[in-house]
This record gives sequence, C-alpha cells and structure tokens, in this order.
Amino acid sequence: MSRPTRVAVKIAVWGVCLAPLALLGYRAWSDDLGANPISFITNTLGDWTLRILLASLAMTPLRIVFGLSWPITLRRLLGLFAFAYVCLHFAVWIVLDFFFDWPRMWADIVKRPYITMGMLALLSLIPLAATSTTGMIRRLGARAWTRLHRLAYVAAVCAALHYLWLAKVGVTDPYWYAGALAVLLGVRGWDWGRRVARRRRAVAAPSRGA
Amino acid sequence: MLIRRAPRFTASEITDPALYLSRRELIAGAAAALALAPARGAAATPPLQPLAATRNATFSLGEPPTKFEAATTYNNFYEFGVNKDDPSRLGHTLRARPWTVQVDGLVHKAKTFDIDELIRLFPLEERVYSLRCVEAWSMVIPWIGFPLASLLKRVEPTGQGKFVEFTTLLDAGQFPAQKPGFFGYSSLDWPYVEGLRLDEAMNPLTLLTVGMYGKVLPNQNGAPVRVVVPWKYGFKSAKSIVRIRLVSEQPKTAWEKAAPQEYGFYSNVNPAVSHPRWSQADERRIGEFRRRPTLPFNGYADQVASLYAGMDLKKNY
Repeated sequence: MSRPTRVAVKIAVWGVCLAPLALLGYRAWSDDLGANPISFITNTLGDWTLRILLASLAMTPLRIVFGLSWPITLRRLLGLFAFAYVCLHFAVWIVLDFFFDWPRMWADIVKRPYITMGMLALLSLIPLAATSTTGMIRRLGARAWTRLHRLAYVAAVCAALHYLWLAKVGVTDPYWYAGALAVLLGVRGWDWGRRVARRRRAVAAPSRGA
Repeated sequence: MLIRRAPRFTASEITDPALYLSRRELIAGAAAALALAPARGAAATPPLQPLAATRNATFSLGEPPTKFEAATTYNNFYEFGVNKDDPSRLGHTLRARPWTVQVDGLVHKAKTFDIDELIRLFPLEERVYSLRCVEAWSMVIPWIGFPLASLLKRVEPTGQGKFVEFTTLLDAGQFPAQKPGFFGYSSLDWPYVEGLRLDEAMNPLTLLTVGMYGKVLPNQNGAPVRVVVPWKYGFKSAKSIVRIRLVSEQPKTAWEKAAPQEYGFYSNVNPAVSHPRWSQADERRIGEFRRRPTLPFNGYADQVASLYAGMDLKKNY
C-alpha cells in the first residue's frame, strides 16, 4: 500500500470515528436529543464504544482470512478511539446521570452485574491505552506487550455482556454484537489451533526423518 | 364524587389556564413536529380532536405537566417496537375508529361498547397523574377519562370475579411488531394482557382513559382507550384495549410470561424493591436534570396502601 493511500485510510478512520461525536454535539446544540437526553447520550456513546472496539478486533481476522496486512496499522488508532468513547460514556454516567453520587454509583457497580461488567471492560482498557505508544512497546518488549494486550479480548467480552445484561426483553441488538464478537474471536481461535497443529508437525517431522 | 356531577358545559366555557398553556405548548410542539416531519420521514397524522373535560383537582398533582412532545415521542408500546421512538414513528398504522370494547366475564350485563358511546357514557374528568415507568423515568400527564369503577358497576359484577383482565388489540396489520421477526421471534406473547385485582380496578384512582392534554389519545399513547393505574409501573396500564373481562383467577400477564422474575403481577411502584437489574430508589422525571427519589406507590400511598395491608410487598412485587 502506498503512503498516500495509507494516509487517506487513516484520515477516513479519524473521520468515521469522530462523526458520531460531532453528530451528538450538533444534536445537543440544536436541542434534538429527544425526551431523555442523558439516556440518549449515554446509549450513543456506549454503542460507538462497542462498535469501534469490535472494529479494532476485526483487523487481525482480516489478515487471517483475507491475507491483508495493512488493516493492522489501524488497530491502535481504533483501540484508542474505543477508549476515548468509553471514557466519555463513563464521564456522562458520573456527571450527567448520577451527578457525583459516589455511594449510589458504587452500590450499582457491586450490585448490578451489567454495571460490574461495564466497569471491568473500562478497567481492562486502561492499561492498553497507557501502553499504546511505540516507546511503551519497546520498553515492555514485544512478547510482554502482546500478552498484556490480550486484555482487549476481556474488554470486548465484558462490554458485550454489559450490553446483553442491561437490555430489556425484546431488544435484539446486543445479540448481534455478541455474535459479531464470537465470530472475531472464533477466527482467532481457529487460526491459533491451526498454528499449534503446524508447530507440532514441524517438531514431529525431524524425528521422523532421523 | 361531587365533581363528576358537574354540568358538562362549564368545561368548555371556562378553560383552565394550565390547560390552555399546555395547548399553546401543544401547538408549538405540533409546529416543531411538522417542521421535522419531512426530515425524519414520519408519516402525516391527522390532527387530534379536542376533548372537553372537567379538571378533577382532588386527583391532580400540583406539578407542571411534561411537555406534550416528550409525552408523545418517548413511549414504550411494544406493539410498535421496542425502541422509544417506534410508537410515534409507526403509530399511524393503528386505526382508532371504528373501535369496540367488549366488557364481559363474570358480570350480569356483558356488553360490547362502541368507543364513542363509551366516551359519552360518563362525564369526562381531567386528572394530572404522575406516570412512573419501570425503567426509572417518569412523566406528569394530564389524562382525560372516567373511573373504571363506573363502567364496571354498569355491567354489574356477579360477585365471583376477583380480577379484571385487559386485552390489547391483536392485529399485525395495525401493530407492526406483532408480526413474527427472524426465526419467528416475537418480543412478547401477543396479545398484550394485563390485569388488576378487582379492588384495585375499583379504586377511584384507576382511570379508563380516552384522552390527554385536552385531546383524544394519540395512537402512540394507546388510542382510543387505555387504562391508567398511577401507583403501578407504567406497563400495568394496558393500551388500545379491546376487551375488559372479569375473571376469578389471577390473569397471566404478557410481562409475567416474558420475565416473571422482573415484572410481577402487582408491580406497585416501590423504591424499596429493586428491579433485579437496577435500583428503583430514584427516577428521572423527563425534563429534569437530577434524579429524584421515587415515592412508595408513586406518591399515592394515602389512597392505595390500605389495599395491600398485611401483604409482603417484597414477595408480591
């Protein structure tokens, strides 16, 4: 992929990831957030966190399935956007929804499984965002960094459960997200199994030759 | 009730200031809705007919009503879909006329009423009630209707009936969400059935409702006739009713069938009993910023708490 194309793709990702926020801002400015603005803002930010997080987890499967390597270069950007959205989602919960009622929020975190899951998803994304720079990758070493960044799977599973468990009867969207996540993780699982089998064959081969 | 005997014509001559202010809001709301209509692709709905009623001050909250636009665009009405904007977007498919309501079961004078006959049968009252949704938000709505007790007395219960069952219209042609979706999926087991104990149904607060904000009910709010039970979570107040039946056994309600551990038969507003997934201790009044504490029986404890004397309300949630 040529450099101008790469730049264009990056710009497009920035645009797509910022558009929902811009639209939200525009709707707030034009007083078009509906009858329950706080709920609307919270849900919109939550939806986009999950969408962008799933997009970041789709980059590796694109390589595995289609042999494309360039999407990997977008993974960090997508991951950081997902983190930005979840921070806003969390901030809205604290400030607009509960207005710093800490005891009440804490009670919900420990008592309400869907909120516990949401908190876990957020917490597991923090170390990932903190170690996202090239300097941090070098400092941790590629192997430790890769292992740490498997937390992204934990975050995605917690986020999908958060949505599944908060949705009321009849709301089917969370099942589609959970299904998409299952496919993305399934591709990885399949690829991992394939690699393990290949390694075993490679180990077995010389002994057969001897 | 004295007010019920008030002459009808006074209502049209003396307009309550709150009502006419809400009408202004309504006009502004309608203008805004019109302006937005093409952008949102909403189908044109005919203007709602005005409906005269006498304000019943005894049964009216002193709080300002929720904006008409909010009360008609933020709705739970699963027959149109699970999203809050589905009922206002898709409500035009419901035909509120002609409409009949069958009142039968354990009564001496079972009868099927035409909706316009029903509206003329009893003097209409306006009552400003608080509506508390099980999802922890609330509104203040000026309803128009008459006590359900008046209708029930007219059909003469036999004495064997212990419960009242409400059934909402079953017609996938008018209610798009009653059509099965992917793999025959349906959000609820149609038709929507709700129920009350007979003494709850006879309580003067229980309002058979045909209008709101000085007009007939909009489709998205349960046209042409619904019940309003203000001390219970909103889903207990069945909409677009076609049948009211007196029965001896506790009706199996649509929400009990869907999630019995979350939506009990009683479903009285109770800040002390959490929904399994969220707290009911507080609520957001639509239009307000901060949450406010939820009151036992939604603030109607004086009128209804005695109905549940000696009952464990944690068990009978």
